[in-house]
Parts: sequence; structure tokens; C-alpha cells
Amino acid sequence: MEHKLSFKDYNEALKQNKLLGLRCKQCSAITVPPKIACAGCASADLDIVELSGKGSIQTFTTVFVPPEGRESEMPYIIVLVELDEGPWLMGNLVGVDPNKITMEIIGKRVTMGHAVFPGDKYSAGEEARPVFSLEA
Amino acid sequence: MRKVAVVGVGMTKFSGKQDKTCVELFAEAAMDAINEANLKPKDIQALFLGNVLGDFSEGQGQPQAFAADYIGAFNIPANKYEGACASASAAVRDAFMWVASGFCDIVLAGGTETAAKMGTPLATRTFAMGSDSRYEYPAGITFPAVFAMLTHLYAKKYDVPLEKLKHQMALVSVNSHYYGARNPKAHFQKEITVDDVLSSFMVCQPLQLYDCCPFSDGGSAVVLACEEKARKLTDKPVYVAGVGQASAGNLMSQKDYLPRLRPRELSAEQAYRMAGLTPRDIDVIELHDCFSIATLIALECLGFFEYGKSGEAVEKGETKIGGKIAVNPSGGLKAKGHPIGATGTAQVYEIVKQLRGECGDRQVEGAKIGMTDTLGGDAGTIVNLILKRGW
Repeated sequence: MEHKLSFKDYNEALKQNKLLGLRCKQCSAITVPPKIACAGCASADLDIVELSGKGSIQTFTTVFVPPEGRESEMPYIIVLVELDEGPWLMGNLVGVDPNKITMEIIGKRVTMGHAVFPGDKYSAGEEARPVFSLEA
Repeated sequence: MRKVAVVGVGMTKFSGKQDKTCVELFAEAAMDAINEANLKPKDIQALFLGNVLGDFSEGQGQPQAFAADYIGAFNIPANKYEGACASASAAVRDAFMWVASGFCDIVLAGGTETAAKMGTPLATRTFAMGSDSRYEYPAGITFPAVFAMLTHLYAKKYDVPLEKLKHQMALVSVNSHYYGARNPKAHFQKEITVDDVLSSFMVCQPLQLYDCCPFSDGGSAVVLACEEKARKLTDKPVYVAGVGQASAGNLMSQKDYLPRLRPRELSAEQAYRMAGLTPRDIDVIELHDCFSIATLIALECLGFFEYGKSGEAVEKGETKIGGKIAVNPSGGLKAKGHPIGATGTAQVYEIVKQLRGECGDRQVEGAKIGMTDTLGGDAGTIVNLILKRGW
């Protein structure tokens, strides 16, 4: 069976700051990042939709002990954002001091950009990820 | 299905970097388990081995084949189980089913890992492979980061001030080290204080070093036998009364439940139902305390305390030996150590020893029913086992 939205196509769009997801034709649930079946009802009857990339921070952490190869990025903030369309998306948060961030950040509105992880010897090549900033 | 019993257990001391390979570590534990069961390697009909990172730590793929041969169980079918940190528990569950089905009478299950050998940067990188490589790793996710985010979610959802929660979490680590100090097989055999936890360095905000389990090397093994054989081999068979297992996708896909981990609730429910038991029947549990917050989340998902309330239970001493539920008398992953592929069978080892009354200073007096809880990845694999005295 063909993928409606493959990792490759999702990744290429993300690199243009476009967040693509899938809308289920059966139950209307939004699936992002993409899967071959709806995150809600497991139907494979899906349409590609462009999502706003806007939402609110649900949780966060600042990483001080990085994995091999990510040393130059630290300390960095990881967030889980609830998109306005419903799903949660993992990404980084920039524009906030990683040494000073507190739980006050939870609930704050953010908007999405991106950055590219160039890949390492273990990964399958470059992969973009959402990078969020506080809404102006 | 036939009744299945644990008839022998073995584990190496868990530790920092070892000179031994993962096959050697497993073999030490396996021979102890086989000897304890009054069996010979030739009696073993199959091997199910948990191992996650042998290829990265030693360049060793399919260690299960070499392990079977190394212990003298020549040419038996040998399978590797990889379910991140829950690997060995998944191995035990399937070994149980092979024996229960009548396909085999005696099966060896176990696990082994040389995680400490890799050092922190590579171990952090390879552990993160248990997360979603496309949609989580690019953001720099690590395992402490997953549980750090769950900590903030927990504080927010249950309206527990972070400072109070951190104190409760520190008590979890203090308890683990208290029992670890009484377990000669533990990686860390020293007690710590709340101040030690709260003054240790920050790993992933808000998790500090002593909120986190170590990278460890070690091996563990258990022999499972059908009831008929078990009765001939030992006068203290420990029956597998219930098993459960469930899976989940990446962390974001679990948003409807977090910080609850739905696969754990489903897995525990299966195990309780199969055993015909409830959380109130459990005397002792070895649960997956990879991070201090993980203990609080596990205690709630497993039904021991209400959601958001397990921290208070820890404060009241309800998770200590003599409390409502004795939690991690081995020292848990935090103090006993966490050689990830070996952790599940090491939990079974402790429960079996507890039910037999062989745990000395850390004995849960009169324990008759015990449980294990093992979590892999961002809850990608969760396994629960309920074990019961057979005498």
C-alpha cells in the first residue's frame, strides 16, 4: 500500500516551514507526524492537510547531558506542543534562555519554524524537526 | 494452558564497566540458574535472551546463539528479544507461553548488557534509539529528557508544586539506595540523602543525577519449567500466575493519557485478570524506576495509588518494606543498576528470592505474591509479570 504522506515528503515540507499532516476521511482526526493509518481510528483513508504550526507548550525540558554528536547544541530545550488542530508535536524551543526556563512556560503560545539535524553515522540521513518560538 | 514455574534464578553482580562480554555475563547467571534448578545445560530446550546494544557495545550481533553454545546447550533454538529496557521481561513472557502451550518443558530466559562499557555519550545516543528516530531524535531527545518532560506534565496535571514533587522524587531515590545498600548484587551499595539528590548535577531539567538510574553491566537468567517437571526439581516452585504486555508509539502519540502510560495500564490489567488478583494482593513489586518520577507514574498506572497521589504515599513510607506495598527491595534500577537487556530477569530474580524468603536484610517478611513491571523506550514496550509461591 502506498503512503499518503511519507517521511520524505513530510520532511521536505518541514524544511520549507510547512507542517503537513493527514486528515482522516472517516473520523476527521488529524495525524501528525504522518502514519500509514489514522492515529484515531486506524483508517487508511486519509487526505494531506497543511497545519498551522501554532499551538501551546504542554511540557519541556532543558538537556544538559547530550547524546554523542549533539554536544555543540547543548544546553537545548525540548518541548511538546499541542497544535491548534489537536495533535502534540515534539520540537525544540528557541528564544528562551535554556538555563532560566521554568514551568511558567507551560501554556504559552508558540509558532513553528524548523532546523535540520544533519544526521550521524547511526541515522538514515538528514531529518528536519520543528523549532518553536514564543508567539509575538 | 499448563502451569509454569520458575525453578532456578541467577544474576551477576550489576556494576560499572566490566572486562567480561555480554555472553560471559549471561553465562555466569545462566549456569547459576541451571544449577539451582538441579538441571544440566542439555536439559534446556530453548533460550530467549534479552539484549539491546551488544552490537554497539561489543560489535556482537545475535549473542543468543553464542550464549546457548557457550553454556553447553548445543543447537537449541535461541531467540533474541529487543524491547529496549523491557527486553528480558518480554523474553520471560514468551518463554512462559512456550512452556504453557506444551511445546517445551524447560526453557531458559534471561538478559545481558554491557551498557557501562560504552561510556555516557555513546550510551545516551544508543539508548535514544529506543525513541522515534525520525520524529523524536532530531530534536535531541534522550531518555532522561522523556522523563523530565513527564515530570513537568505530572506536576501540572496533578497540581503538585514542582518543589514538593522533587522532594517526593528524592525520597524515591533515597529508598532505592537504602535497599541497594543491603543487596550484595547491587551496582551501588551506599545510602544517600535527600540533600545528595537535590544537590547533584542537572541532567535534564528537572531531573538531577540521583533521579536517574546508572548505565550498568550485568547478566541475569531464570529457568522456567512446566508444573510436572517443577515439582520434581524443587520444593519451592514459584508459579507465573499472570503475564501482560502492551506497546505504544512515540511520546506525542500518547498525548491523551500522559503522564499516565496507557500501555502499562493495559499490560497490568492483563496480568491481574489472568492471575485473578488485584493490586491489593501484591506483597512486593520490582518496578521500572529508570527515573525517580517513573516510580510515581508506575505506582499509579499499576493501581497501587490514585493518580497524582503516589508521592504522598512515598512520603508516608507506604512504599517501604512494611508499608502498603514493598517497592524495589532490590534497590531497583536506581541502586541495583540497569544493564537494560538484563533488567527484566533481574526483577524476576529478586521477586523469586523474596518469595522464597532468601533476601536477608531486605526481606519482605511473609511475601507470597510478587509482581514485576518493566518499561522499554517511551513506553514502547511494557511487560508485567505476577509470580506466586507454589508451596
